Amino acid sequence: MREMVISELTQAMQELSRGFAHILPRIIVLVIVAFAGWVVAYLLKVLLRSFLRLIKFDKLSESAGASQLLSKAALPSATELLSRFAFWVAWLGFILLGISVLGVFGFQEQIAKFFLYLPRLFAALLTMFFGLLAAGFFSRAALLAAVNANLPSPRLLSVSVRTIIIIFVLSMVFEEVGVAEETVLVAFGIAFGALMLGLAIAFGMGGKDLAQQFLERRFGQEKKDEGKEDELSPL
Amino acid sequence: MAEESFLTDHFLGQLISVGEVDILVGVPTHNNAKTVRSIVETIQAGILTFFPRERAAIINADGGSRDGTPELVVRAAIGDAQRGSKLYALRTLPSISTQYASSPANGTALRTILAAAELLRAKACAVISPESTQLTADCLAALLKPVYAETFDLVLPTYRRHRFDGILLTNLLYPMTRALYGSRIREPYALEFAFSGRLGSQFLAQNPWHEETARAGSEVQFTLAAIAGGYPICQSFLGTKGHVERHSADLVPAMRQTVGVLFSSLEPNLALWSAKTGSEPIPTTGAEQEFTLEPLRINRKRLRDMFLTGVTELETVFQSILSPSTLAELQRIAGLEESRFRYPAELWVKTVYEFAAAYHKSVISRDHIIQALAPLFRGRAFTFLMENRNGSAADVENNIEGLCLEFERMKPYLVEMTNGRE
Repeated sequence: MREMVISELTQAMQELSRGFAHILPRIIVLVIVAFAGWVVAYLLKVLLRSFLRLIKFDKLSESAGASQLLSKAALPSATELLSRFAFWVAWLGFILLGISVLGVFGFQEQIAKFFLYLPRLFAALLTMFFGLLAAGFFSRAALLAAVNANLPSPRLLSVSVRTIIIIFVLSMVFEEVGVAEETVLVAFGIAFGALMLGLAIAFGMGGKDLAQQFLERRFGQEKKDEGKEDELSPL
Repeated sequence: MAEESFLTDHFLGQLISVGEVDILVGVPTHNNAKTVRSIVETIQAGILTFFPRERAAIINADGGSRDGTPELVVRAAIGDAQRGSKLYALRTLPSISTQYASSPANGTALRTILAAAELLRAKACAVISPESTQLTADCLAALLKPVYAETFDLVLPTYRRHRFDGILLTNLLYPMTRALYGSRIREPYALEFAFSGRLGSQFLAQNPWHEETARAGSEVQFTLAAIAGGYPICQSFLGTKGHVERHSADLVPAMRQTVGVLFSSLEPNLALWSAKTGSEPIPTTGAEQEFTLEPLRINRKRLRDMFLTGVTELETVFQSILSPSTLAELQRIAGLEESRFRYPAELWVKTVYEFAAAYHKSVISRDHIIQALAPLFRGRAFTFLMENRNGSAADVENNIEGLCLEFERMKPYLVEMTNGRE
């Protein structure tokens, strides 16, 4: 009986040692891949940061209005954020590659999914950035046009333009990354519809007099011209 | 001759049948049927009176008129001018028309006239606005003679204007052009001017003629190209300025085609303008500028209100363009009550130079920078009106001269900003 127990224990120890001897090189490979990945990711971060600084990406981000959003969220600059993001994506990719060497059942499939997901993530980030750029540009264009046309509430107009574009961009981004696609689509439809309805009601109810004045100015010009003062000729 | 490719075959055929000319007069048009006939007759009378022995032609570059303007130009027979002025032509005076596009574009019209002048090897060429109803035969001679009979390459006009007409010109375009390039050109944006064949050919070849230039602004570019090229320039007094636009909505387009072009000239001419100090008068025939003083009903309150709205609503835009001290000063004067409100010359010059530097560095969209300047210009216009409300012509002239000197005095500030690292 005693001998049997000792034999079983010895066999178990031997199997454990064999298993450990079998996995140890793989763990070493994982550590090496992770370390090499860290070096590559770090170099990628440094290179990307230098490149973004060279092309004055922060300035572009500032004019897009992205910098203001980041600063409100207590996040670093757009250049730093993008560099760090690239670092983590690259390092995580290497770590996952290393883990795949361990041969854990079902993990290979998950890693493949992760790598397939990366292009969509980048596309979503690009959409977000250019969307914010467009929102900043068009909201400023609306503000300037409204001020020069002497329209009432130019800032409200500008903020409305910005909000509509950002809502539109966010819905595109969520659709791209595949997060609650249907919910986002429905929410976007409801929010956009509500906004338009709200604006229509607001202009209809609140802007009744304004619309009347506008129409009078537009079509009743002959009558008004009698008391009109001269405008300055700029040139 | 490379420029002939954008001209239509029909127009090229007409030009070939005309042959070489000494003098060419270009008339860019777009729906000017009401005035173009009398303009063409005046041009014909001018040529018959002052250049009877020279070979001459009239070229109409039309931007898609629908009121029969080109037909009127072509049909304006030389006989009409002869009957009216009892003049006799020693040569034929062809009058031909071409449609350069289906919508008007000043730059393309000028390019067409320049290409025609080059093909016909014109020695002297004049461009006449179809709305210059005050134009006389003497005016045409005053423009063409310095080029044809003397050695000038560009003749720009000076006018008799109302003291409050052309405030953008008197408060920004003239003083800044003068300070930058050292030439006291009163009308850098001219709709009537004359030039030599060599200047026309050089501008035709060197100007990029991109889409933006094609639309507007080529007039100022032409003047600046002549200055930058070191061509002899003079001015001729043409009397009262005809056709004055009086629509406030025209301010932003007017700023784009004048101030925008002036600002964009900073980059290619950096070495030239940053080295210039002071300014020199240029040869002028007749008065350099005359002001009329008849009363004009102007809505001053609206000007100030639009300035206030601009300063309040565009704060975020101004933060990208102006220095904190300039912005703070603008906000301070915006808070003053109407009777005490004043946009002083020094602050105005500082504002303009900071806008020019922001435009040069493209801190935001360049078109947005020009649009953002419009409300501030209204504030300056208000101050100009108040300062010269009861002033004589001499007072107005002194006021403008004072502003010009301020632009010259503060020029190092612009040089420093454009040369400074970002």
